[in-house]
Amino acid sequence: MAIFINKETKVLVQGMTGSEGTKHTGRMLKYGTNIVGGVTPGKGGQTVTIEGKELPVFNSVAEAVAATGANASVVFVPPKFAKAAVMDAIDAALPLVVVITEGIPVHDSAAFYAHAVSKGTTRLVGPNCPGLISPGLSNIGIIPGDITGPGRIGLVSKSGTLTYQMMYELRDFGFSTAVGIGGDPIIGTTHIDCLKAFQDDPDTDAIVMIGEIGGDAEERAAAFIASYVTKPVVGYVAGFTAPEGKTMGHAGAIVSGSSGTAEAKKVALEAAGVKVGKTPSETAALMRAILNG
Amino acid sequence: MDLFEYQARDLFEAHNIPVLAGAVATTADEAEAAAAIMGGKVVVKAQVKVGGRGKAGGVKLAVDAADARAKANDILGMDIKGHTVHKVMIAQAAPIAEEYYMAILLDRANRNFLVMASVAGGMEIEEVAHTQPEKLARVGIDPNVGITSAQALEIVQAGQFPAEVANDVADVLLKLWAAFVAEDATLMEINPLVKTEDGRIIALDGKVTLDDNADFRHPAHEALVDHAAANPLEAAAKEKGLNYVKLDGEVGIIGNGAGLVMSTLDVVAYAGEKYGVKPANFLDIGGGASAEVMANGLSIILGDTDVRSVFVNVFGGITACDAVANGIVQALEILGDKATKPIVVRLDGNNVIEGRRILNDAAHPLVQQLDTMDGAAAKAAELAAK
Repeated sequence: MAIFINKETKVLVQGMTGSEGTKHTGRMLKYGTNIVGGVTPGKGGQTVTIEGKELPVFNSVAEAVAATGANASVVFVPPKFAKAAVMDAIDAALPLVVVITEGIPVHDSAAFYAHAVSKGTTRLVGPNCPGLISPGLSNIGIIPGDITGPGRIGLVSKSGTLTYQMMYELRDFGFSTAVGIGGDPIIGTTHIDCLKAFQDDPDTDAIVMIGEIGGDAEERAAAFIASYVTKPVVGYVAGFTAPEGKTMGHAGAIVSGSSGTAEAKKVALEAAGVKVGKTPSETAALMRAILNG
Repeated sequence: MDLFEYQARDLFEAHNIPVLAGAVATTADEAEAAAAIMGGKVVVKAQVKVGGRGKAGGVKLAVDAADARAKANDILGMDIKGHTVHKVMIAQAAPIAEEYYMAILLDRANRNFLVMASVAGGMEIEEVAHTQPEKLARVGIDPNVGITSAQALEIVQAGQFPAEVANDVADVLLKLWAAFVAEDATLMEINPLVKTEDGRIIALDGKVTLDDNADFRHPAHEALVDHAAANPLEAAAKEKGLNYVKLDGEVGIIGNGAGLVMSTLDVVAYAGEKYGVKPANFLDIGGGASAEVMANGLSIILGDTDVRSVFVNVFGGITACDAVANGIVQALEILGDKATKPIVVRLDGNNVIEGRRILNDAAHPLVQQLDTMDGAAAKAAELAAK
């Protein structure tokens, strides 16, 4: 089953003709992702061949959907043009839009998120995220496909590389779906959305949730777990030793005062029955203990 | 990027938000000259990016230009919560009748923008928010709709502003929203927004945070960067487009992805307890790191005299491990004899086999590879202790 994506997901690549878009289209095709075409305004009508597959390029998402029946897109468009690309996908009522682009102004993200909510037909993942993978079925984004295979753990993480690290730590178990939701201040799909989907997914037995310092998303996720999730959840929060008041890369990764600290998040998660590790390997060990009964 | 008050004032003025005359001064001479031009009483205000400066003695009334000079002398060089005062703002003094509050900010929880407005402004606004929440209007704004004139008036009413100032305050709110959008801000706060004794509404103090991601459409924002405050290593890193934060330990850290680097800091801090060492920095080389980016990162860390060992922790996603390995090799070639510190490398993910092979073939005496993050952190901590 997996969540959000499966073998049938037909994927458009927005920005496929750019260098990052081309590179990752190749990697996704190699994985077996069902990529049906690309969208680059002004380049409609061309075809490009990637990994031996001839892919049509369209000027707009609506045109691409009409021609291919696509039901998802992945966005590699540079920050300057990302808002227009995402708006185009939302206007075409594409059910899933995964925004990989890093460095999108938050006013632009706020605008396309609000547009997606008001239309009510698109799930956004990201921006500034690695995408999501349902091992063996589909891989949309930039998550390395060869870390691990299908299994029954669900993973949700703000951080891309920590997603890979955790998949690697638990590679002998495998995953139903791993979702990198992104670390920007405004993201389309939250920890809570993924926790709910994993709880409702019959092919997921246990959930790993990775957060990081800053904001209160983990605290809200903890409250949601307490009220809705009955499957075992293991958590990790990056930044236990980060000093206060320093921004660490992600717009999200800043601690001010006592709010948003890793310790506060750990306490909230543990109060909701989540076992929290202090390092990725300790977190993996906690999950391992649960799965081995 | 957080702005100084004087920069916020200038930005407000540029967007037609009513402000008083103000000028920035870095010396007592400049302060006196600015006060002389303004004439009359002025307020000398420390320019620091931290709250509570009033209570710390960083804001003083001066009766004339000579007094402004004396007050500037007192304030310049002061330490306010770890921030040294390098600049003061000389602001025209105004007889204040009432103090209000107004802010627009990014609301992460609701994923939109939030307007807050209250008749009860000034230093105790946080207290008001807790004890008299009914006096603080909080209204979410749809970014695709913005604030309409009618809505601005509703917000002002909800913030319990008196009827005689409602139109003027609503007008300031509309201008603040226009400025917030035009400048790609994530915070614009006016506290206090004052009514003067002669009935004018004026933004007396402001806090502004701008979104660095939007710099590409705001070339003018470059001039607002406070180059003086940056640590020299942080400044060098920024010039190279690297995301670097100097910390106070001995183990230099390079990784890819903010989450993994933060996690690396944690793992090194735990491993370092045994040896009395801590991470020396945060450095995220980001996605798609080329050999050049790796070389730049390594040069900066090896240039930090506090660093005694380096831990390169990479899990290849967009970043390919062979590019990282080539970057390490090239950086060491460029640095030559200047590279004297041991480097522990842990590579995994995209093209890992090729990456490990490149480092093995180079066989640089300073470089050693470990397979796990925990093992590599322990080794780097141990090497820093020696």
